[in-house]
Amino acid sequence: MAIDQNDLQRRHAEYLTRKKKENLKYTLLSVLGILLFLGIWQLASITGLADPKRLPAPTTIFQTLIYKVGNTAPDGNTLFVNMLASLQVALSGFGVAILIGVPLGLFMGWWEYADRFMRPIFELVRPVPPIAWIPLVVVWMGIGLQAKAMIIFFTAFVPCVINSYTGIKLTSRTLINVSKTFGASNFEIFYKVGIPSALPMVFAGIRVALGNSWSTLVAAEMLAASAGLGYMIQIGRTVARPDIVIAGMVTIGATGAVLSGLLSAVEGRFLKWQTRH
Amino acid sequence: MSESINQAPVKVAVRNLTKKFGDLLVLDNMTFDIHRNEFVCVVGPTGCGKTTFLNCLTRIHEPTEGDLYIDGVPADPRKHNISFVFQEPSAMPWLNVQDNIAYGLRIKRLPQAEIDRRVNQILDLMGLQDSRRKYPGELSVSAAQRVIIGRSFAMQPDLLLMDEPYGQMDVKMRFYLEDEVIRLWRELKSTVVFITHNIEEAVYLAQRVIILSNKPANIKETLTIDLPHPRSVSDPRFIEYRNYITDKIKWW
Ligand SMILES: Nc1ncnc2c1ncn2[C@@H]1O[C@H](COP(=O)(O)OP(=O)(O)OP(=O)(O)O)[C@@H](O)[C@H]1O
Ligand SMILES: [Mg+2]
Repeated sequence: MAIDQNDLQRRHAEYLTRKKKENLKYTLLSVLGILLFLGIWQLASITGLADPKRLPAPTTIFQTLIYKVGNTAPDGNTLFVNMLASLQVALSGFGVAILIGVPLGLFMGWWEYADRFMRPIFELVRPVPPIAWIPLVVVWMGIGLQAKAMIIFFTAFVPCVINSYTGIKLTSRTLINVSKTFGASNFEIFYKVGIPSALPMVFAGIRVALGNSWSTLVAAEMLAASAGLGYMIQIGRTVARPDIVIAGMVTIGATGAVLSGLLSAVEGRFLKWQTRH
Repeated sequence: MSESINQAPVKVAVRNLTKKFGDLLVLDNMTFDIHRNEFVCVVGPTGCGKTTFLNCLTRIHEPTEGDLYIDGVPADPRKHNISFVFQEPSAMPWLNVQDNIAYGLRIKRLPQAEIDRRVNQILDLMGLQDSRRKYPGELSVSAAQRVIIGRSFAMQPDLLLMDEPYGQMDVKMRFYLEDEVIRLWRELKSTVVFITHNIEEAVYLAQRVIILSNKPANIKETLTIDLPHPRSVSDPRFIEYRNYITDKIKWW
């Protein structure tokens, strides 16, 4: 063809460097935003504008975080143990929600019978706020890991089902027909066309579910616990240590961001075809 | 113009085919035959029911009345080796080019070595070797369409259905692919039903052109193009055929 390959490559390289410069600029801007926020906060503490007893300075919180890495006071666990306990609760509820919710949504979206059979139950359960399950769950399962994971499960389950259901319902008729004319069975079309085409929506649902799981954690750990970030926050409140409370909040936020990043990586692997334009 | 009698056995028999969508009558009691190893072009006004006809043949839709037979038995894509190039883009966006081309072959459970062989052959034929690992979203419209056409050719179908497959192509690619579909048809001795809006294309390709009426579709005329392949678009007889069909269409 008449297109000059070298010219094309050169222009592509130029585009990449420009893009990199732009990215750097945006990253700098984001960092600047955070620094400014922390700076104002720190200043407010130093000048006494905010009472350090109620709102400790960022440096204090940082010190508390460092301290909590190696020490168990005041809640009885190191930060790491708390984090692990929370992850265990959140991820087991979240995992079970994916394992049950995603296939359920996909089946309901693909087979009319499954839809008609399950939907009334699902619609009945759906509007109940997850927190409202707490008393019942305590009666059923006590206050152990299972009970807490169950609460998380309820918050994560609904978006998994709804998104998988909607995603597979939106499968292109044409692509289904292509497979039909090649002689594929309905089940083959389900897993060769339905599932891959639903996957972007499924991942969006999983993302919402992950957010829900992690943010319901504190509520779940109010069901008496002996470890966990939510538990640490509770103790921090009881012993009037706002720095512990905020350190717990910061850890929850940071861990949530890491989990979300991990999910993005997994999603990127599965949805290569979508991200690569 | 006359219609010559085709001696070959009947490949597709359409008998009193009627299709309604609710109250909308789209195909009105159509009866005709397509012979084995025949190349048929179907032309007709927009929305007259061309796609609906193919959809009935592949059982995407069930006929309201009448039926279609392939090799004497009711049409069934599970039994017959049919390949359908749809009018709208139909590459699987989550499969790369080579997996898209292999898609139908995998459904038919062909041995892997045969799949590899055919995929390579099609990649060469369609000029897609360099993009074999790209996804359809990364391709131009024309290249994505070549993937779909390649996917159909790879099936080596004995019944190839094409619904305006070359609408998105530039002229050069179009001429190239027109010759390719002729070559494939000859090599595989398959039967081809090719829908087009382009009269020149119909005259260039078809042994027989079926001209449909406005909706509800019925056969207005069947015209045998009695010219040997490859044809020349500047041949006076070619032009005569083209003008004849164009005149017919003016009556729409
Ligand atoms: N699934 C359907 N439900 C209801 N009406 C339909 C359906 N499919 C097609 N139709 C109608 O049937 C008529 C014929 O449609 P069809 O797609 O077969 O036309 P066509 O000849 O292929 O047109 P074009 O040249 O635009 O491709 C149109 O009026 C269309 O609206
Ligand atoms: Mg059509």
